[in-house]
Amino acid sequence: MMDYLLNEQQIMIRDLCKQVAEEKIAPVAAEYDKTEEFPWPIVKALAQADLFGVSIPEEYGGLGGGVLETCIATEELSKACGGITLCFAASYLGLDPILLFGTNEQKKKYLPDLAAGKKLAAFAVTEPAAGSDASAIQTTAKKKGDHYILNGTKHFITNGGDADIYVVIAMSDKTKGARGATAFIVEKGTKGFTFGKKEDKLGIRASSTRELIFTDCEVPKENILSREGMGFIVTMKTFDVSRPGVASQALGIAAGALEAAAKYSKERVQFGKPISSFQGIQWMLADMATEIEAARALIYSTARMIDAGVKNVSKESAMAKLFASDVAMKVTTDAVQIFGGYGYMKEYPAEKRMRDAKITQIYEGTNQIQRNIIALQLIKEMAK
Amino acid sequence: MNNIVVCIKQVPDTADVKINPETNTLVREGVKSIINPFDMYAIEEAVRLKEKTGAKTIVITMGPPQAEAALKEAISMGIDEAYLVSDRAFAGSDTLATSYTLANAIKKTGEFSVILCGKQASDGDTAQVGPGISTHLDIPQVTYVKKIEEFKDNTARVERMTEEGFEILEAPLPCLFTVVKEINEPRLPSLKGIMRSKSAKIKLLNAQELDIEADRLGLKGSPTQVVKIFSPERRKGGEIFNCAAEEAAEKLVNILKDSLH
Repeated sequence: MMDYLLNEQQIMIRDLCKQVAEEKIAPVAAEYDKTEEFPWPIVKALAQADLFGVSIPEEYGGLGGGVLETCIATEELSKACGGITLCFAASYLGLDPILLFGTNEQKKKYLPDLAAGKKLAAFAVTEPAAGSDASAIQTTAKKKGDHYILNGTKHFITNGGDADIYVVIAMSDKTKGARGATAFIVEKGTKGFTFGKKEDKLGIRASSTRELIFTDCEVPKENILSREGMGFIVTMKTFDVSRPGVASQALGIAAGALEAAAKYSKERVQFGKPISSFQGIQWMLADMATEIEAARALIYSTARMIDAGVKNVSKESAMAKLFASDVAMKVTTDAVQIFGGYGYMKEYPAEKRMRDAKITQIYEGTNQIQRNIIALQLIKEMAK
Repeated sequence: MNNIVVCIKQVPDTADVKINPETNTLVREGVKSIINPFDMYAIEEAVRLKEKTGAKTIVITMGPPQAEAALKEAISMGIDEAYLVSDRAFAGSDTLATSYTLANAIKKTGEFSVILCGKQASDGDTAQVGPGISTHLDIPQVTYVKKIEEFKDNTARVERMTEEGFEILEAPLPCLFTVVKEINEPRLPSLKGIMRSKSAKIKLLNAQELDIEADRLGLKGSPTQVVKIFSPERRKGGEIFNCAAEEAAEKLVNILKDSLH
């Protein structure tokens, strides 16, 4: 691995996550993939290791790191299982809007429990008719005195049902289009807030993906993040800082696949020699390693840019997510190829990584949407 | 509740132990040192008892200066304070001298209610130091503890593994427990723990600081003599007599007779 000149704390996070990944996650990854149970024992181990507080300020019980620290952790954990790691990473996605837009009171109320891993968070934008087109959101929020009444259904929500704290985007004024959306913090247990269907997925099966149903759900106005009408800004800014996290998940899945494939190629003997001695395999491994390193360099640079406080990071953030997830899909597919027939069998973890990788090209904005974001910024920059 | 003291030992990682066939001693060069795996359960149990009772936890080890790394690892798992019992005078200690030294060192750490040890160390495998400490301190001991049920009226109620099953015992505090791996699942270090361990001050206790008799220390205080260490020969597979019982018995008797000569 290239030397990214990590500081002492970042190395500590990386090493501890490596230990968690190898000792706690790797031995149970296949089982959770099969049963689709929520990996509470692992979540508890991550909480005990303080890993849920990596990017939360110290005043709220965290370690005071930033996006880079979260990325390092997500990458290392994803090497063992991208699905289990998502339970962790999705909680960061849910708390990012609180970190970015929360008032002091909101931060004080929600962040300490999230930093301690006592509670998980989730972010709810997607609806059956509103995927890439987030402006098509149907969930409504009607003001009534000191409250808003939420009605509608969110779906495909990661950590749905298992998280305690949800940031939900709803239309408070449909006539205003995108400017009519508002972000609310909704706690599990709020009257009128229930959970629907749990999805049966191709990959990341340890992670729960579920429907959220709001039926005359009363949310106090203090739970608005930022202001009424800021829902889309909250969403976009959240994705700007969370996309390097998805990219890191993809990176970790890819790096885990390369490591396994390289190891297997030295053990697998055909024509009297380990297959690692064949140029056809060597070149595949070389390409996989190069693409992984390029993805890592892009992610770390983007994360450092965000942590340094650079204002507009949409383009770089989208690039990191786009590139790393495409790399993950290619690398995991090639890893299956190196494992040959065994790679196709569920007995080996190669096929699981390929299944887990696919989602990273789809969620938090499809890779087509990422290209839109990148192109839009490019054109804006050219107009200057 | 008074302090909970955990005794640990730094040992070579058993995953890559090699024996020098000429000297029949452990090859220690280049072998990673770890906390004795059984002691990890003792550390975990101490941290759990601390979380339950609020008692202060103390880790103690006797060994060379590099054993500090083992103490720091214990701190990163949540132990509060660490003592390194280290002196050239302790070199060559057997289990009697070690338990004598440790017992005296534990007295220096303050009032304690519970002492926890792993059931044995993975290098020596004697399982003697824990019981030795309790004898020197004149406190009760329960070995092979698989569950600490509760503390009530200065008494501990524990489950002790036996070959047939388990016993439920009550012991007055202070008491020493040696624990087995069934007792818990050791946690990983935490980030805050690791940071704390980096700046933690390890308290050093040398021979002078302990009120002990010099001739009971180290090689001098160690009546155990290691006559020979060797890798046991691999047992050959048995032989099956495919014949009538009487004939087989006769063959067996002859083989046994021959082996006596």
